Amino acid sequence: MNHPAGIEGAVTNPTGIGASMRRKEDMRFLMGRGNYVADIKLPDMTAGVFVRSPHAHARIVSIDKKAALAMPGVVDVLTGEDLKTDGVGGLPCAWPVVGKGGAPTKEPAHPAIAQGKVRYVGDAVAFVIAESLAQARNAAEAVVVEYDVLPAVVGVLDAIKPGAVAVFDDIPDNVCVDWELGDKHATEAAFKKAAHIARISLVNNRLVGNPMEPRAAIGAFDRSRGQHTLYTTSQFPHIVKLLMGNFVLNIPQHKLRVVSPDVGGGFGVKQFHYAEEAVVTWAAKRLGRPVKWVCDRSEGFISDAHGRDHVTEAEMALDENGKFLALKVSTIANMGGYLSTFGPNIPTNLYGPLLAGVYTTPAIYCEVKAVFTNTVPVDAYRGAGRPEATFVLERLVDVAASELGIDKAEIRRRNMIPSNAYPYQTPVMMEYDSGDPGGCLTKALANADWNGFPARKAASAAKGKLRGIGLCTYVEACGLAPSRIAIRLGVRGGLFESAAVRVHPTGQVTVLMGSHNHGQGHETTFAQIVSERLSIPAENIEIVFGDTDKVQFGLGTYGSRSLAVGGSALWKATDKVIAKGKKIAAHMLEAADTDIEFADGMFSVAGTDRAKSFAEVALSAHFPVDYPLEILEPGLEEQAFYDPVNFTFPCGAHIAEVEIDPETGVVELLSYVCVDDIGTVINPMIVDGQITGGVVQGVGQALYEDCVYDPESGQLLSGSFMDYCMPRADHVPKVSVETHITKCTHNPLGSKGCGELGTIGSPATVINAVVDALSHLGVNHIDMPASPHRVWRVINEAGGAARVAQ
Amino acid sequence: MLNFEYLRPSTVTEAGAMLGKMSEARPLAGGMTLIPAMKLRLAAPTALVDLAGVPELNGIKVDGKTVIVGAMTKHADVAASADVRRLIPALADLAGGIGDAQVRNKGTLGGSIANNDPAACYPAAVLALGATVTTNRRKIAADSFFTGMFETALEPGEIVTGVTFPVPAAAAYEKFRSPASRYALVGVFVAKTTGGVRVAVTGAATCVFRASAIESILAEKFSAEALASLRFPADGLNSDLHGDAQYRAQLVGVLTKRAVAKLS
Repeated sequence: MNHPAGIEGAVTNPTGIGASMRRKEDMRFLMGRGNYVADIKLPDMTAGVFVRSPHAHARIVSIDKKAALAMPGVVDVLTGEDLKTDGVGGLPCAWPVVGKGGAPTKEPAHPAIAQGKVRYVGDAVAFVIAESLAQARNAAEAVVVEYDVLPAVVGVLDAIKPGAVAVFDDIPDNVCVDWELGDKHATEAAFKKAAHIARISLVNNRLVGNPMEPRAAIGAFDRSRGQHTLYTTSQFPHIVKLLMGNFVLNIPQHKLRVVSPDVGGGFGVKQFHYAEEAVVTWAAKRLGRPVKWVCDRSEGFISDAHGRDHVTEAEMALDENGKFLALKVSTIANMGGYLSTFGPNIPTNLYGPLLAGVYTTPAIYCEVKAVFTNTVPVDAYRGAGRPEATFVLERLVDVAASELGIDKAEIRRRNMIPSNAYPYQTPVMMEYDSGDPGGCLTKALANADWNGFPARKAASAAKGKLRGIGLCTYVEACGLAPSRIAIRLGVRGGLFESAAVRVHPTGQVTVLMGSHNHGQGHETTFAQIVSERLSIPAENIEIVFGDTDKVQFGLGTYGSRSLAVGGSALWKATDKVIAKGKKIAAHMLEAADTDIEFADGMFSVAGTDRAKSFAEVALSAHFPVDYPLEILEPGLEEQAFYDPVNFTFPCGAHIAEVEIDPETGVVELLSYVCVDDIGTVINPMIVDGQITGGVVQGVGQALYEDCVYDPESGQLLSGSFMDYCMPRADHVPKVSVETHITKCTHNPLGSKGCGELGTIGSPATVINAVVDALSHLGVNHIDMPASPHRVWRVINEAGGAARVAQ
Repeated sequence: MLNFEYLRPSTVTEAGAMLGKMSEARPLAGGMTLIPAMKLRLAAPTALVDLAGVPELNGIKVDGKTVIVGAMTKHADVAASADVRRLIPALADLAGGIGDAQVRNKGTLGGSIANNDPAACYPAAVLALGATVTTNRRKIAADSFFTGMFETALEPGEIVTGVTFPVPAAAAYEKFRSPASRYALVGVFVAKTTGGVRVAVTGAATCVFRASAIESILAEKFSAEALASLRFPADGLNSDLHGDAQYRAQLVGVLTKRAVAKLS
């Protein structure tokens, strides 16, 4: 039960809220007993392999299936034409946004298998099904596709050039949506009064999510009941059920079950409805046999939605004291070759409103062009829009501080929202309910020994190394999302969450959650909430998720929402269980239910020693002796749906220190300090893991990861781990995690969420440190990743070793 | 992976005969390159002749002023060998820095040099130490063994049986790992041998090569200071996502200085 140092969490119950109990789910994973989609074997199951386009942009002249169909074991070969014949619809976009002047998002057709044209390397052109995977692979090589190769457009700046290749014939300018937020006139006016304007041009590098478990899907069809089942690696099985059933395959909701069992990491990559899910479900009915598809890593690189990929120009207007007067941001964001499920929402609604950060900047204007290119579709990846916004803002703040000669902590302090100003309405949509960013900053500066940096820099210099320190403060909007706001912002659905608490006659509890656990530790965290509320040990609580036939409608896991929204639904459901338990206890104790108190697992008559235990009440609920049936039903099972009234706003301060070898350009991350306000902590050990993992992922973006396409051919150049560098354990020091808590004011737990903040704060923190190390060379920005080659080139271009030595 | 025949000889002679019989057969050493290539269908041999069951190919022997490493000796065993650590510590260091623990416990010296990946570590040691490659047919001097990208002097059916490393007066290996693959973006092996100073560079070009200009500087004065004004030419060096030719040229210079500094 040892807490990681610095993470707050009071413990009264060893498996209750605040306890660092070990994760209940880990034993099955550590012992290889997880049950992933790829582990599932159904009777008579076939194996499917996709034939994917080797071209970024081409017309499909013909597809000849004959040779493939004649191969041993081949059951069928399906193409986009077959989808058409069967009346299968395209993949829907679930969150289009409203552009300038009310212009709608352009949503071109997105067939599950390409029809007529391919639009990125990896676009599916055929699906080969055989008795075995090897046979399907062999036959896939025998499908003859004749392409008329077209010129491709890859980068966003190329896509918006006049005369650029059009990804869709009817969208000649490649612009999916041109979106804006904020008060343009007020911003322009503030810029006119500015004593100083800081400017930055930057690229937010494109990333591949690479969850440890590649995606997989199995379609099955039960002819006797006309029932479809899809097993899939999804973060939100109910949404897949709704989108696929309703928009793609026209399957009534009561005839479709979606199961998302153990899933090995998502990071957003698995929160979209993918083509492969629809294809295996459709094919299974056509064949009358289950069809399994398991993505391999190479295929994942060209078929999992990618993340980030922005090009941005930003300007900050400041007065002579370094007060921020206004911020102007113009971004071009890559959507890829089609719209993924949430594509247009990420660089708009999840980006622009975050540009206020933790500052009092009075005027902000942001415009974003989302554009199509001949690349894999781009969508949410851990942080989703918020790391991009934080990177722009926090890089710009550092540039302004350097130009004005103000200490980087000091300029942030001067502009920070004071803790007594909450709730705080920003000029860009959001009302922050609570926070104390100044308190986070103070702790972080102390933990990182900010003032001792000059001595450490001198020590590094004595070894011939360049040392830099970087600071970032951030806010994130998570706990997605209040439906009332999200629906206004374009989402085609609600964003509430559900929980059901089923109390068994013997007092143990099964909890059915709409949230989905794929590494976050929900089976532990949610059990701790129930343990705390009902005073039963976590070992007597089972958390069930990921099966639409078991779990009531739920929205799944993304946007750091599971605790703030799902946990709140669970809180509400336990409220209802306690309320019902009081009625039962009142009957058992022959008292008025208003006189019953519930504490420490006992329902007691206030002011007396007459009491019934939780287990006794549970038994009574299922063995109802003389119940007053007109006012008391038997049974003890309650369900709650929770729709938040606002986003939650974790915030914090991160500080990193790096050392650069000027001869090789290698950046070594020496230390990383986080102080975060995440609201109520349920399990400090899990929080430590979530924040550390997020930080490492953001360090990956800052220093290592880069998804690179050939700008001419549209071929993915970083298409394997030989070239795409994931961060490794020896790249990262022990991350120092500490909390500085203010509670969320609008949910019952007071929790804000912690899943994404690491990726939100760390790219800016690390790059600020790298730039700080190079600042004596006149460097004021470096693009990500700050790879050895790039850093060396920057040093070399800035005058090389001669100036380094000065 | 396509179907293939799997053969497991127990002697080199038997292995040679198996390879001789089938033109599309490939010898299998550690399989660290061949197996992934087969999985990706980039290689599709009709048969694999697995050398793991040939005891005479495995092991490390000291013979006078030489260390003889069997072709099937694993990197981890070279790294841990007391004899190698005592006589050619740079070779043990090199072996201990290849890939990751899994690779070091499967991958072999013979497999590495027969494959001659332009970014592999072992070719730099073999070349810089002036080693001799022994095959089932002949002995081949290191200087004529590595002939091009993934190319060697080996003939079809010829099997590397071991490498004889003369013990150098001093040697050091400096590797700059590609951040993603951990192969050598550039690796420089510097050795003071009875035949003079030899410097071999891997990762920088299409094939491991000797940096003769650096060798002559060091032959005159073996010190890092002697290399202070060294500007290694970028001509002919590799450019890729992780470093262009100029960067690799810079790394050749830096790593050579660091290797020499280790020995001074």
